[in-house]
Amino acid sequence: MTAAVYAARKQLKTLLVSQDLGGQPLKTAGVENYMGYQLIEGPDLMHKFEEQVKQFPLDVKIGQTVTSLAQIKNGFEVKTKEGETYQGMVAIVATGKRPRLLNVPGEDKFMGKGVTWCAICDGPLFSGQKVAVIGGGNSALEATDDMVKIAEQVYLVSITQLTGDQVLIDKVKSASNLTMFLGHEVVAITGKNLVAGIKIRNLKSKQEKELEVGGVFVEIGLIPNSGLVKGLVGMNRLDEIEVNCANETNIPGLFAAGDVTTVPEKQIVVAAGEGAKAALQAHRYLQRGGQ
Amino acid sequence: MTKKVKVYSTATCPWCKRTKQFLDDNKVPYESLDVGKDKSARDEMVKKSGQLGVPVVDIDGEIKVGFDEGWLKQQLGLVK
Repeated sequence: MTAAVYAARKQLKTLLVSQDLGGQPLKTAGVENYMGYQLIEGPDLMHKFEEQVKQFPLDVKIGQTVTSLAQIKNGFEVKTKEGETYQGMVAIVATGKRPRLLNVPGEDKFMGKGVTWCAICDGPLFSGQKVAVIGGGNSALEATDDMVKIAEQVYLVSITQLTGDQVLIDKVKSASNLTMFLGHEVVAITGKNLVAGIKIRNLKSKQEKELEVGGVFVEIGLIPNSGLVKGLVGMNRLDEIEVNCANETNIPGLFAAGDVTTVPEKQIVVAAGEGAKAALQAHRYLQRGGQ
Repeated sequence: MTKKVKVYSTATCPWCKRTKQFLDDNKVPYESLDVGKDKSARDEMVKKSGQLGVPVVDIDGEIKVGFDEGWLKQQLGLVK
């Protein structure tokens, strides 16, 4: 969104196409470190971004999923799942990241039927029930902190020791309805029409255990949405798009910004700044006649 | 004829907020059911949609899971 605003203010004919406006912050509760707001909910902050985008003469296509990006003569062409095709002299990829899947039996079957990646969205649906939170980082700890307040019992399952911030670990470990299974992996998610349980395995002893749960919150990290440009641009081993400090990829005219890139810090304020830089660089590129 | 619109949602779900914002912006009256607090509404939602994700929108018995602006416009006759 920031890239779009900067491009529009440089009077570039700009198209912003995306499945949604907001991305990861839409699933974030309290944001305390975006300057100008002491504490604001992720969705509210994104709504403010959206309102600002609407002030500019931009072509905004929301609810469309870009499925391919290709180089064409004098620029780039994107195609969407909805059957649309758009062309531009430059392209800025700012597609962010998506949740990593467990890839265990039952995950697919029970997606939306007890398996969720959005504690902030779906947490209340499981109040009074037993739930499992999978993961050991900050997202898992935050989901645990939310759920111990409303669930009957929370099982925190992590393949490693907890890797999140100490302040969050301290916050959750005193909960009386929390049981941790560190050094355990999820083997399967079970149930009939809805989730009824998970099977976990101790990584050392290989002993398996079944836990009765009505909800499974998967919080095991994020994957960059870079499939669109795989094979076209340079990527690191995590499949993040390689960019220099000017947000240039190895393809002239193709820029990238935010969490989908190799920028080391994945934060809203950083992503917004990267978007601004990418748009300004794109403008310079066009001023130089596309070189 | 005004269609009967029900939105099954939780208090914190951003897509639920977006759905309701869309309905408010288009002055469409709807019943909002908090499935986090209301167990019978939760059961009703699971029965109608076969799943546990929110939002679920029921327009005269037609069910949609998630926020789908195109579907909402079509169902509500907002497409010109």
